[in-house]
Amino acid sequence: MKSAYLDNQATTPLLPEVLETMLPFFKESFGNAQSLHDWGDAPREALEDARAEVAKLIGGRPEEIIFTASGTEANNFALKGLAQAHQSKGKHVVISAIEHFSVLHSARTLEKWGFEVTLVPVDGYALVDPKDVASAMRKETILVSVMHANGEVGTIQPVAEIAKIVTAAGALFHTDAVATAGTIPIDVAELGVDALSMAANQFYGPKGAGALWLRKGTRIIPLLDGGVQEGGRRAGTENLPAIVGMGKAAEIAKRDIQSRMAKLVGLRDMLLHRLPAAIDHVLVTGHPTQRLPGHASFCIEFIEGESMLMLLSSKGIAASSGSTCTSRALKASHVLTAMGLPAEIVQGSLLFTFGQQITEGDVGYLVEVLPPIVDRLRQMSPLYADFLKGRR
Amino acid sequence: MPVYSEKVMDHFMNPRNVGEIENPDGVGEEGNPVCGDMMTFYIKVADGRLADVKYKTFGCGAAIAVASIVSEMGKGKTLEEVRNITPTMVANELGGLPKNKFHCSNLGAQALNNAIDDYLRKQGKEVKSREVTNHDEEEE
Repeated sequence: MKSAYLDNQATTPLLPEVLETMLPFFKESFGNAQSLHDWGDAPREALEDARAEVAKLIGGRPEEIIFTASGTEANNFALKGLAQAHQSKGKHVVISAIEHFSVLHSARTLEKWGFEVTLVPVDGYALVDPKDVASAMRKETILVSVMHANGEVGTIQPVAEIAKIVTAAGALFHTDAVATAGTIPIDVAELGVDALSMAANQFYGPKGAGALWLRKGTRIIPLLDGGVQEGGRRAGTENLPAIVGMGKAAEIAKRDIQSRMAKLVGLRDMLLHRLPAAIDHVLVTGHPTQRLPGHASFCIEFIEGESMLMLLSSKGIAASSGSTCTSRALKASHVLTAMGLPAEIVQGSLLFTFGQQITEGDVGYLVEVLPPIVDRLRQMSPLYADFLKGRR
Repeated sequence: MPVYSEKVMDHFMNPRNVGEIENPDGVGEEGNPVCGDMMTFYIKVADGRLADVKYKTFGCGAAIAVASIVSEMGKGKTLEEVRNITPTMVANELGGLPKNKFHCSNLGAQALNNAIDDYLRKQGKEVKSREVTNHDEEEE
């Protein structure tokens, strides 16, 4: 059977050459990077090389990179660590309504710790209006976090513009760049941010490696207390194979970013045009142009996401959805809801995220396979029957 | 994909009795698109039994499989027998449902019950709407 992995937003595959650079650190170079004897030398050098590559990917300095175990950890670290370190200045934090759960739930924890959190809304394209950030700012605001791009609808935020407002108001600005780092060019100086989260498995690196870039001189309270690893800001023996893999993946991403983007934009625009032409009553979610290169998201009216995913899966296609039934917690996507989409539309959410392994043939296969699936489910749907009878 | 039993997958991939009945004797709806699942059952009644059962459903794999199995379980049964179908019976008949999908089995049994209520009302009988529950209470 044909198959196509169109869920690269969940994770990208590991590049074989990245795996090759990781393997020695499972085997002969097993030493602890903190050891002073010879066994520590190769791991320590590799750790610092990886740090330099990851820093280069986003235009930062090596000493500004703190390795973590995931993007989620980097986000938790930024929110909780920066808020705690700067609470003497105030206890107010601002985030957008469409942040990843690792930011959203960290903010909820901050509320339990006595901080106040303001959620900034988004428009129908999932865009944050910098003016809304400006009006959410208070004298006691110490930290603002707005994601660089949203993984669910692909919208890229005007981060540089927001950063200016936040910096002028004297607060710190963090951006969750898990969806963008290694995918689109990033320069932390141009963005004007103070902290930025990333994850290796979003750019063909391994799982278990993430990083927080933190502007030099910015105080932060560690999540983990212990030894002196990562300058004392992230204790625990370094996960060398994963970190080395992240370094290699960053080096390749930096080198190939333009050609990778060109390929993804081509596939994305092909699907964004061909799917609505092949199926009636389809909505493109997210911004039409300010969106991630390999990201095409839709809402298919009158039917539900999980049943579409199951039928797509029976045809070998992996995709994703923000419907209530697809979430283990049985909650509709907070992103699509914040965009003002009605509940029954949100249920039809469907998301395809491309990677370098995808071809035009895969997109063609999807456009061939999906319309009969939609048709089959609509034939069963009471909402579609009502629509045809003019009752909706 | 969610871990569904073979029987759920079979009913999802090949749902039985899908559709609408023209001039049905009763129609029952349950659920709404906000919660994610919705079912409409149509019935024909003859000699106190369900002569025909059809349905339309909006929802996940479990919801579609539930509607399908409930239509099979109800067909040919007396109204009283159908009243006694519980969510647990529906889930068991499907070889079990994932914990967070168990509520889908309520929807099916409830929608079919609502269709019987509708039929009885059309017959001029006074019917109190009833909630379908398990005799053995919520399963964990």
